Amino acid sequence: MKTSVVRFLRRQPLGSAGGVVMALVMLAAFAATAVSTDDPTRTNAAQTFQPPGRRHWLGTDHLGRDIYSRLVHGARVSLAVGLTTSALGGLLGGAVGIASGYERGVATAVIQPILDIMQGFPLLVLALVLTAALGPSLLTVIVAIAVPFVPRVARVVRATTLAIRESTYVEAAQALGASGLRVAVRHIVPNTLAPLIVLTTAQLGSAILVEAALSFLGLGVPEPYPSWGRMLSVSAAEFAQRAPWVVIFPGVAISVVVFASNLLGDSLRDFLDPRLRI
Amino acid sequence: MWGFLGRRLALAALTIVAMSIVIFVLLRIAPGNIVDLLFQSAGLVDISEKQRLAHELLLDRPVAVQYLTWATAFVHGDLGKSFRYGLPAWQIIRPRIPITVELAILALAVSVAVGLPTGVVSATHQNTWLDYGLRIFSLAGLSMPAFWLGMVIIILLVRTFGWIPSMLYIAPWVDLRAHLLQFLFPALSAGYRSAALINRITRSSMLEVLREDYVRTGRAKGLAGRSVVYRHALKNALLPVVTVIGTEFAFLIGGLIVTETVFNLPGVARYLVEAILWRDYPVVQNLVMFIAIVVVLTNLTVDVLYARLDPRVRYA
Repeated sequence: MKTSVVRFLRRQPLGSAGGVVMALVMLAAFAATAVSTDDPTRTNAAQTFQPPGRRHWLGTDHLGRDIYSRLVHGARVSLAVGLTTSALGGLLGGAVGIASGYERGVATAVIQPILDIMQGFPLLVLALVLTAALGPSLLTVIVAIAVPFVPRVARVVRATTLAIRESTYVEAAQALGASGLRVAVRHIVPNTLAPLIVLTTAQLGSAILVEAALSFLGLGVPEPYPSWGRMLSVSAAEFAQRAPWVVIFPGVAISVVVFASNLLGDSLRDFLDPRLRI
Repeated sequence: MWGFLGRRLALAALTIVAMSIVIFVLLRIAPGNIVDLLFQSAGLVDISEKQRLAHELLLDRPVAVQYLTWATAFVHGDLGKSFRYGLPAWQIIRPRIPITVELAILALAVSVAVGLPTGVVSATHQNTWLDYGLRIFSLAGLSMPAFWLGMVIIILLVRTFGWIPSMLYIAPWVDLRAHLLQFLFPALSAGYRSAALINRITRSSMLEVLREDYVRTGRAKGLAGRSVVYRHALKNALLPVVTVIGTEFAFLIGGLIVTETVFNLPGVARYLVEAILWRDYPVVQNLVMFIAIVVVLTNLTVDVLYARLDPRVRYA
């Protein structure tokens, strides 16, 4: 484990840089109250639309709230949504993929068509329908982003499982009398980890983007939580000309984090499984 | 070929039916009484209206009957009635379709025109500064929210050129130049992401093909480098690119939703968001179904195109 981390750092400098950025943002989100300079929700009528300066590093918005502090706290929402949805989607998709790849038959006949159908759906449209059905809340946003991710993971994991199933070491284990569950846990799961890690990292970025888009449309995580997408919502667009910093910084924050996670994901793919095409 | 086409058509039809059930069920699990919600959003007050509304929506009938009635109406082109406007939904959607279709085609054109050549150049100049630059350009495209890019474009246009993009839709027959200008920037901001993806797939596909024997043969027999790359390699590298363009179309629709909102274009995608925000469920249900069909048909076309382009592809 330790040596492979060192090897990754040496061979994939760009991916490591992405990882470092992600770690820093996570740290900032974790210690948001300590690193922010202001209460992110405190409005100040006398300090609206302050340009970036010494008092407010990244300026203030239309209610006089400090943008830097809101960004730091908003990182919590973006990362929480990104991390939980990728973990949830990865776990569920992995389980479904292994089950339908290993136990062909009923699982394949029932699960596969459903996955195919879900796969064909635009991510944002599916998320929109789910938020329309469940009403906007943090939980809805997480479900709406994680659910469409399941078939994407399941498809790749299933393909890997199908290949491993036919390998000689699985045959050997079965010949020695290992149960189906034991083969799945001991032999198949470890071998699907590489594509799973790569997919989950790649998902992190798109989850953050979809959350931002949902919040932008007014269907994301609701008010008391400052979220990056909400900071860019339609009302911010009205002030874009007067105070461009209101619009620019949250977008830069989203782009930097997603860029870093994409860099990390790409490098992990090259490092763990170069033949994987995602 | 015909057997494959038949199977593929049957699968597409099955997918559409299954999607209609999923959409129908999803919108039925909405918390709260749908009649109460519609009642409020339609601005009604009379209690007797409530019963009439429930009856009109068939909510007093079994779910299966509700579903079949909706599906039959949909097949006959009846997209239901918008509760917000009190008009048949089709009347509101129809004038919006050309706007969304035009934007989608322009965005796709932008993404292919940018993504394909940059992908080829990136592959032929692998591990040079040009390649690194183009890869950063494409990774940036995958990292920026499309709606934010649109906002930044508007800010820049106003700041540097003092030009404010029209907030009202300009029809092409009124002022063609203004119309195209109005669509250019939304198409750019919606197409960048797809361009980035096409660039990546083209690059990796080209890198693979450029190592093939027939490419080496072409070079060895003295063909010009350009001819080898574009006539021999690119032709074979295009297959995965076609698939991506097909699947990317589904993503593009998602991108259009935010782009139409940012640039204030009165298209179908923006209307979907409005309908969701107003809880105009009959419209949401039909509009999502409409999008689902467009996506399924696109995927079908891509699959058929794929089989035509590559005679080796035969799905059993």
